[in-house]
Amino acid sequence: MSRLGRLARQIWQVASIPLLAIVLAFVVAAVVIVVSTAFTSSGFAPLLPLAAYASLLAGAFGSGTGIANTLVAAAPLIFGGLAVGLGFKAGLFNIGVAGQFLVGAFAAAVTGANLSEAPAAVGAPLAMLAGAFAGAAFGFIPGFLKAWTGAHEVVTTIMLNNAAVLLLTWAVNDLVRAAGFSFPRTGPIGNSALPIILGRNLHLGIPLAVVTVFAVRWLLDRTTIGFEIRTVGQNPNASRYAGMRPIFITTLTMTLSGLLAGIAGAIQMLGVIGFYAPGITASVGFDSIAVALLGRSNPIGILFAAILFGAFRAGAPLMQIETSVPIEIIDIIQALVILFLAADLIVRRVFRVRGAKPIIPELATVTQTWAGGAPPAQPT
Amino acid sequence: MGDAPPVLEMRGITKRFPTGTLANDAIDLELRRGEIHALLGENGAGKSTLMNILYGLVTPDAGEILIDRQPVTIRDPADAIARGIGMVHQHFMLVPVLSVAENVVLGNEIVRAGQLLDLREAANQIKLLAGKLGFDVEPSTRIDQLSVGQQQRVEILKAIYRNARILVLDEPTAVLTPQETHEIFEVFRRLRTEGASVIFISHKLDEVLEIADRITVIRRGKVVGSRKPGETNENELAELMVGRAVSLRVDRGRSHPGAVTLEVAGLRAKDDRGHEAVRGLDLVVRAGEIVGIAGVAGNGQDEIVESLMGLRRPIAGTIRLAGADLTRATVDQRRDRGMSFVPADRHRFGLVLTYPVDDNLALTRYAERPFAGGFAGIVRNFRTIAANAVRLMKEFDVRAPGPKALAGTLSGGNQQKVIVAREFGQDVKLLILDQPTRGLDVGSIEFIHKQVIARRDRGAAVLLVSAELDEVLELSDRILVVFRGNIVGTFLAEEAQREKIGLLMATGAARA
Repeated sequence: MSRLGRLARQIWQVASIPLLAIVLAFVVAAVVIVVSTAFTSSGFAPLLPLAAYASLLAGAFGSGTGIANTLVAAAPLIFGGLAVGLGFKAGLFNIGVAGQFLVGAFAAAVTGANLSEAPAAVGAPLAMLAGAFAGAAFGFIPGFLKAWTGAHEVVTTIMLNNAAVLLLTWAVNDLVRAAGFSFPRTGPIGNSALPIILGRNLHLGIPLAVVTVFAVRWLLDRTTIGFEIRTVGQNPNASRYAGMRPIFITTLTMTLSGLLAGIAGAIQMLGVIGFYAPGITASVGFDSIAVALLGRSNPIGILFAAILFGAFRAGAPLMQIETSVPIEIIDIIQALVILFLAADLIVRRVFRVRGAKPIIPELATVTQTWAGGAPPAQPT
Repeated sequence: MGDAPPVLEMRGITKRFPTGTLANDAIDLELRRGEIHALLGENGAGKSTLMNILYGLVTPDAGEILIDRQPVTIRDPADAIARGIGMVHQHFMLVPVLSVAENVVLGNEIVRAGQLLDLREAANQIKLLAGKLGFDVEPSTRIDQLSVGQQQRVEILKAIYRNARILVLDEPTAVLTPQETHEIFEVFRRLRTEGASVIFISHKLDEVLEIADRITVIRRGKVVGSRKPGETNENELAELMVGRAVSLRVDRGRSHPGAVTLEVAGLRAKDDRGHEAVRGLDLVVRAGEIVGIAGVAGNGQDEIVESLMGLRRPIAGTIRLAGADLTRATVDQRRDRGMSFVPADRHRFGLVLTYPVDDNLALTRYAERPFAGGFAGIVRNFRTIAANAVRLMKEFDVRAPGPKALAGTLSGGNQQKVIVAREFGQDVKLLILDQPTRGLDVGSIEFIHKQVIARRDRGAAVLLVSAELDEVLELSDRILVVFRGNIVGTFLAEEAQREKIGLLMATGAARA
């Protein structure tokens, strides 16, 4: 019992603030829903949020299809969340997941289209590898620039996001445009699509994502490479003194981060979208940052956070159909979750939380990298 | 002096932290008008907690505070300031990009015409105040252009400007050079003649005996004695502090220098700003001897040490360890060859404060067997990491709740012992010690000094860099004086004269 109790306490320590932030976000979003009803034809409806949330839940988890949709939406977020979280561990803020995602999706689409006639056992893995490699290469650039020139990864990855969009638009228009379509796009991926393992849309990328969660966890917690990554993130000076090479580790971490983001793009391409066209959404890139923060950079936490965000996406249509609460309320809830995580003092006051871990170090990384200020004061 | 009225009385102050430690156990303290009162104790004895209670930063569980014989409640620092208490923290609370005047008036600004800041009037007042205390400070200078000692005086000005009659200083001399220490003591004396009272926290016995009118010793949260400097001596104070007899002088024994271990020739290195800080340094350390480098901080010591360790690339010269050229070797290669390093800044270099003690004890050998192995040799072996920690914690008397305690929660002395335990490994050939006992209490210093000598006697070459001349004199078999990046004098321990070395340190020449 005491061992179980200790475990429960440990979980509460790390998970209490994120969980309560979610609760608080739902409460505040409910107020937004109620207030907005006053301006619609249906009139003031104080109980609408409950109905809306019930539909949201039913849409996300109420049926086999719902659960499948939730998991399909979660899969790229798991990879993206791991990409951002890995960066946080090394003290890096990779805002470039959006660009790395697109590059990965594009590389997978082009490779898949070229191998569309080949057996699935050849096309799908090669297309995945192409996406992973493209993402890694695109992550290597800001990593290399940061390590060797000190160019800040926040600045370079934001610029590279734009570069990716424009470069790929040009490529689809002028290099790899498939014939026979009324708009610029890549060819059909045919056999290279990720195999569906269950139902209508539950593709192989989902188990792959779960395996990757545990692989990243193993890398970070159990290996010397993970120890180097974490040490560089916690105290770069001490890492040099201990004989580590922060320059190498920074480059490696950004490359691995890009690799994970590239896989996110590849599974979304090969499992859901099927072809690359300018303007395909890269919202995964930014949702990944939220997922990593909510999961506190912990791979298991990221897994749950990604499933939650996937559930939002999967359940929202039913909510809109049944209760007329617009899908966009999801964006408000997600934004509120991050707001309450950042301003965790509010959560502490409202719920009188004690014994939770005092600061969320990932947010310190974010604020540090954004503001470029001094690291938070160390205990003496 | 003895009959001046008390301005401050703290009675039965008790504070237990949520972790269970009894930081203050019914402490009584009395401060008289115009008194310099030293609060002496080891790290973690409860001095800082007591002062934080006085300043309203910590709420006591029991006890009362009287100012001018009136009971008062101090809820927060604003309360404390209003009652004439000023505090100078160990880490200064100054805004580096603002001027002296702006910092002093911050939160207490002089305004004219409603909301306009009147800095000229402030500057005049500050000059007047500074003159009274004997400082020479230009109110328009930016804080980041001042030395540490000058910044400290700005902190004192800030407190006096707010009409502090009771000034509390937390380890004010820890960051100062000997010269600056003398200057700050002069300020204390001026404050005393002005009728102010000073409480200063310290664990340096000689300083306390020099400046204080009264010394109160605290050990494990209790007052264990109160003395006047004339009635006591260093040995008695040390015993009160530590709770047992302490040898303040280390018994160095005879050294038996062997083969040349470290050989540095013509070393040149630049500092972070690109100025040449090490200028053609030659240096030899033999196995089984301790070579001390004495010098005023900032004469190239940091750059010498960093070049030796591989953290800074020298622009010229060679570094050889037991004959092998390591000038361009990585930190890792140097460690593999038997170099070891205790850095001056334990928080910046020596430890990862957010890691547990066991990870810190394996920090420099994390990738070697038996700490890693398995698949591709990259799987960490937590069992050996923990076992290593248990063994070293016992051997080096590291006091922590366990090997999983976070390094940041340990006291300074125990943190330093973690580093020493890690660096003083079995097969170390060259030990580089940069300020190995800075900020530590006598008990920890004694322990570390003994370990250094034990290492030397087992045949290690030791290079000691310290701004504390006493430490260099006590430990070294040979003393080198560094001035502006070069060695300006060499002394054998037997023939070292304090005054001569001091003069060399200050001027670079044997005659001024």
